[in-house]
Amino acid sequence: MNNILPITKKEFRQIVRDPRTLGVLVFIPLFLLLMFGYAISLDVKHIKLGAVDYDRSSLSRSLVQKFTATEYFDWMGYIDRLSDVDALFEAQGVQCVVVYPRGYSRAIGRGETARLQILIDGTNSNIGATAMGYVQRIVQDASVELLEARGAGELQAGGIDFKPRVWFNPELRSPVYLIPGLIALILVVTAVISTAMSIVREKEHGTMEQLIVAPIHPVQLIVGKTIPYTLLSLVIALMVLMAGSYFFDIHIQGSFWALMLMTFLFLLSCLTLGLLISTIADSQQVAFMLATIITLLPTFILSGFIFPIRNMPVFVQVVTYIIPARYYLVALRGIMLKGAPLHVFWFESGALVLLSAVMLTISAVRMKKGGLA
Amino acid sequence: MSIIGHFLRKEFAQLRRDKKMLPIVFVAPILQLLLLGYAANLDVDSIPLAVIDYDNSVESRQLVDKFVQSGYFSEEARFLSPELIDENINQGRIVAALVIPPNFQTDLRRGEKVPLQLLVDGADANTATIALNYADIIVSRFSAEIQLEKLQTVDRQPGRMTATAIPIEVDPRVWYNPELKSRNFMVPGILALLLMVTTMILTSLAIVKEKEQGTLEHLNVTPIKPIQLIIGKLVPFALIGMVDVFLVLGATRLLFGLAPAGSTLLLVLLSACFLLTTLGLGLLVSTVSKNQQQAMMSALFFVMLPMIFLSGFAFPIENMPRVIQYLTYALPLRYYFVIIRGIYLKGAGLSTLWDETLLLLIFGILVLGISIVRFKKQA
Repeated sequence: MNNILPITKKEFRQIVRDPRTLGVLVFIPLFLLLMFGYAISLDVKHIKLGAVDYDRSSLSRSLVQKFTATEYFDWMGYIDRLSDVDALFEAQGVQCVVVYPRGYSRAIGRGETARLQILIDGTNSNIGATAMGYVQRIVQDASVELLEARGAGELQAGGIDFKPRVWFNPELRSPVYLIPGLIALILVVTAVISTAMSIVREKEHGTMEQLIVAPIHPVQLIVGKTIPYTLLSLVIALMVLMAGSYFFDIHIQGSFWALMLMTFLFLLSCLTLGLLISTIADSQQVAFMLATIITLLPTFILSGFIFPIRNMPVFVQVVTYIIPARYYLVALRGIMLKGAPLHVFWFESGALVLLSAVMLTISAVRMKKGGLA
Repeated sequence: MSIIGHFLRKEFAQLRRDKKMLPIVFVAPILQLLLLGYAANLDVDSIPLAVIDYDNSVESRQLVDKFVQSGYFSEEARFLSPELIDENINQGRIVAALVIPPNFQTDLRRGEKVPLQLLVDGADANTATIALNYADIIVSRFSAEIQLEKLQTVDRQPGRMTATAIPIEVDPRVWYNPELKSRNFMVPGILALLLMVTTMILTSLAIVKEKEQGTLEHLNVTPIKPIQLIIGKLVPFALIGMVDVFLVLGATRLLFGLAPAGSTLLLVLLSACFLLTTLGLGLLVSTVSKNQQQAMMSALFFVMLPMIFLSGFAFPIENMPRVIQYLTYALPLRYYFVIIRGIYLKGAGLSTLWDETLLLLIFGILVLGISIVRFKKQA
């Protein structure tokens, strides 16, 4: 302990002496969280809708009105010919076109089935699938209304009264789902890269060698150096969590201390990862490359942030087990949104501790072999 | 010219000497493409569903079958009471639960409004929205079919208008990506992200590193001009970037069986235009920064993260607040996404992509120009 404290103090002084870097480290994550939080969503709304109407009847027009009455569709206007659709998809970004065949209203009047053609731009599969769902829902409702009108009195009361209920996020707001992921990503990037760079910088400048010949154990040295960054990361985490919950109106349902404990375990794994990278890289450039490649895109894509892990092929699912954010996200969403108690996350916390321990061991072995010099 | 020649030889020698950098630059993108390309999937199918069927009748079983047959839901569990729902949703074992009330069949046949409940875990809003949509379609279709059956029995009475069919049927046709496979949209996106990240990490420390180590001063006393220096730094990285383009395009074909619907040559050329912008941005960051730490933070926070989130990779730009939408015009990746997805999925040609191409070129020349000017001032 006597050996660790001076190192910690020195490192602290170094951080405080450079207030610009400190400011960047603390406020930029916050700024990015707010900007991205307001910007990103996976909601599918305002799909650009057009129609080719060969029927030109009140029935066809009333269905178009049903579409445009929702916020899901933005009306782009009628298209004269089916052959023009191709150009519209490409040039004007029309994403969905309803085609009323000739005789549409006559078929309905006779009690036959009118076939309505829907053309969808499937480039963005998520938008395409959702648009298809909306269209089918609206048409289905219109269809049922027509049936009910035919059946007059007898049927009016019948049918199924469908009552879906959404838990945890009743309005299905995108931020509720995305903010925890953003928090995790921003924390990983900040913590891993700042740790790795701070150690490698000393390696590169040769000041690490001076410390190594000093009578202290390499592990003490590392612990001393990482304590300030752990505290700094915790401060950043706290600010980001508070801002996320305040600005995006996400009430933390569960225990605050459970959240902080999971955050601490997560940061521990980030810092040990940063340490591991610093034992491999011998220049800041290589450290930066490794840290970016290991953390940035994998955390974004393999952690369950927006892409559900259960959709992934098995060999990718196996890889997700070494992504710390995977565990943190489960805990973060569970505690923040569902109010789950801490003991539910024994597996996640165990995995984070294990990951940290493994990375720390490898780093220690590498350090003994002179990985820090 | 010979100055640039010498300088280039020095740069290439330096690259070759760095044993750890080249494997990172060539192996990592392929490895990442393999993992991330398979992982980036937003398809919603086989949503784990729990069924609580209090009725256990012909109709209730029919309804459950409709849910499963749709392919969007898979029956994960059957509970006798709703107490278990809570726990299972909490642990993520199920995402939705369908509760069929007692007397479902008798009430339906009697023509009463029958309540049917579906509980959905909204924590994953995307899956939940799509699950709700599908469930609504399945239920209203089921309901309509039952109504229709009843109408048909009513119709048999004399003096009635005939109603023998469901009034409107939808016949959907999906263009460009007929199976609505998320992969066809996401893999080109991942490819673009990888190119962006690889070139940014290559260049953003390139000049500032020499500044920090003091070797830049050596260069300043030589007769090399800023423009020559920037070009000399740019060329090796551009070569590495182009090799990466070929590597990831080839890997996309081999791993995912995905070939561009349009011209591959055009894709390669426009990718070169894109690389010009990212390499230029990297060099700009490198000339503006005082030390490597600052460069790395700027590259990460002000270039890479905004490009990942705001360029339309997965989050539609149209949904963003107006102010941020304007900001996205300054992200070259935005244009490259249009290009790469246009060529891969729609088979788009230069006639539709010329404005994006032009913007990339202007952007690239602009950032390189600023780098040179900034560099002159420092020298």
